[in-house]
Amino acid sequence: MSMKNAAYKKFKDISREEHISPGTALCTGCGGLLALRLAYKVLGENVVIVNAAGCFTLLSVYPYSPFSSSWMYTAMACAPAGAQGIRDALDILIKKGKLKSEENLKVVVLTGDGAANDIGLQSTSAAIYRGLDFYYFCYDNEAYSNTGFQMSSATPYGSRTATSLPGEINPQGTVQRKKDLFEIWRAHKPPYLATVSPSHPVDLSNKFEKASKFEGPKLFIALSPCPPGWSFDASNSVNIARLAVQTGIWPLKEAVYGEVKHTVIPKFKPVEEYLRTQNRYDHLFNPVKQVDVIDNIKKDVEQYWERYLDS
Amino acid sequence: MVKEMLTGNSAAAWGARLSEVDYIPAFPITPQTEIIEVISQWINDGEMNAKFTNMDSEHSMITAAGTAAATGARVFSATSSQGLLYGYEMLYNVTGWRVPLVLVNVSRGLSAPITLEPDHNDVLSARDSGFIQIHAETCQEILDTILMAYRIAEDERVLLPVLINMDGFYLSFTREPVEVPGKDEVSKFLPEYNPKHAFFKASNPMSQGVAVLGGSAYSYFKYQMHLASLNVLTVHDEVAGEFKRIFGRSYSAIEAFKIDDAEYVIIMSNSFTIKGKAAVNKFREKGLKAGLLRLRLIRPFPSNELKTLLKGKKAVAVIDQNISPGSGGILSKDVTTALYHEPDRPEVILSFIGGLGGKDISHAEFNHIVEEMEKSIETGIVPETQLLYTKNDLDQINNLLNIAGKTLEELRN
Repeated sequence: MSMKNAAYKKFKDISREEHISPGTALCTGCGGLLALRLAYKVLGENVVIVNAAGCFTLLSVYPYSPFSSSWMYTAMACAPAGAQGIRDALDILIKKGKLKSEENLKVVVLTGDGAANDIGLQSTSAAIYRGLDFYYFCYDNEAYSNTGFQMSSATPYGSRTATSLPGEINPQGTVQRKKDLFEIWRAHKPPYLATVSPSHPVDLSNKFEKASKFEGPKLFIALSPCPPGWSFDASNSVNIARLAVQTGIWPLKEAVYGEVKHTVIPKFKPVEEYLRTQNRYDHLFNPVKQVDVIDNIKKDVEQYWERYLDS
Repeated sequence: MVKEMLTGNSAAAWGARLSEVDYIPAFPITPQTEIIEVISQWINDGEMNAKFTNMDSEHSMITAAGTAAATGARVFSATSSQGLLYGYEMLYNVTGWRVPLVLVNVSRGLSAPITLEPDHNDVLSARDSGFIQIHAETCQEILDTILMAYRIAEDERVLLPVLINMDGFYLSFTREPVEVPGKDEVSKFLPEYNPKHAFFKASNPMSQGVAVLGGSAYSYFKYQMHLASLNVLTVHDEVAGEFKRIFGRSYSAIEAFKIDDAEYVIIMSNSFTIKGKAAVNKFREKGLKAGLLRLRLIRPFPSNELKTLLKGKKAVAVIDQNISPGSGGILSKDVTTALYHEPDRPEVILSFIGGLGGKDISHAEFNHIVEEMEKSIETGIVPETQLLYTKNDLDQINNLLNIAGKTLEELRN
């Protein structure tokens, strides 16, 4: 994204207005909540969130809501279908004159990585295929965190979860590589698709601003450092998110109708710097260093960026 | 008024059209597909002002139906069998959202083994979901019930979705003369949906479907659904009265057929009831005081009405077109429970399972039922649940087993 034409050039350009009150039931230092809070500043007030089962379901527990706008909890697999129903209903009610057009809302799906990558992949694919005019916000904490941090298909290779514990047979912990949800979504050629990180608020804000110009699916994967799941001190969330970007592990990019562009080119700090910040990678360093596993992670990052930096 | 020859499926589509629904999310499954095909065509031809969306599964379809209704639209959809089960999770969600949508189920036996013809295990699996359930016998009744269903569902004493059942093939693809009411008449009966409890609009933010923590809140909301469902017993009769006044056709929670002086009563539901009514007529010709009750309103269960209708009868036989393996027929339990505290209750209640996967119920089987009722009165011994299965059925399965290289005899050993 060229900074020259960007709506947000520096941190102070971001609105101070808040649409999510503090004091929610989410964990201290939740990276996903910070990303959502920033996204909301661009989305504004006239929003209905359609939520899938996950950590963020606890944002709205009867009779409380931290939002200044509307909320609909659905179930784990079907938030995009829920968004379809709301969008279709608003459209037909406005068309029939039963609802004034100024009552219109932006429909925003809010799901975790488990719902996005696994149980809800079909309903997401279908919503993108239908060209549904909606936002999709996936907070990617790289596991089923709300149920105690079990492995999802967004869990990275070499990390520890409650269902991919390092042991004698698999000393690296998670054996599989993280599913490339960005590329799966991109294959549908949606108008707008981006990754974001709470460590890069200006980049995040510009992406939501840019997305707002498109009609159709506008999809976001937000890196969500998870203090209890990744096992680090809650005060480090933003630093860890920043390291994920700086090491090249979390590429910040966007795709407009399928055309990919990286919005931040990192200076490639050693991946070990990132891995050492979280106890979910502790087994790679203690009691003995698993050099082969760390090398594989390095190689994956290198191979990813070679594809883009060469072209 | 002119009657048209309509299939059960077309009658359902007309019901949705006349109700001026706003939204139809759809997913195909046999034998329901004709309903959504007809509606899709009407919308494309500009004859119906509604939004139609092809969804990716019944789970998504019921979700979209529910959230559209929660936005304030009048919503219709239809499914069948495996489809209803695929969306099962969302049935409980949409009832909890208290959205008054109408869903038609075209009954079809459940896999495995996979089959096409009807029984009621599919629709009765939703028995405890909170959906109001009305089961229809004729094509006219399907159309009429959809009109009534929106009145009932949208009544502020109710605010629950309605599931209307018709039998696949036997009714979905059978043409019967159906009176299609005019738009003006319908608008006198069914006003525009204008929700005060569930909607989304910018000027009035609302949270819906939110989580609760702890049993006090959960119990409170669940029990409200029970009380709302019980209100349907009153609301249904009010709505049916109004319907009769405008359209001249009369529906009650339980249809009573030759019941007044009956001593032996058969209880059935859905389209196979016509077979039961024919059997009752034959029994009457022979001088046996037979009668029949058709359970139309399944949820809420009209216990009091049933008690009144069966007061002082000699014997009752419930034919369940479903099976709860390890227990028996599902509706026989509801009937028995309703009668237990009635001092003048029937002497015996017998339970039969028939018509599974669309198997015919022949007159010989009705004869057997009456004989069993008479025997039970005489001996005071009530038999276990029996499967209605004739010599002819046995020959047919024997034939198939032979082709498969097995015989019943071999299998017995």
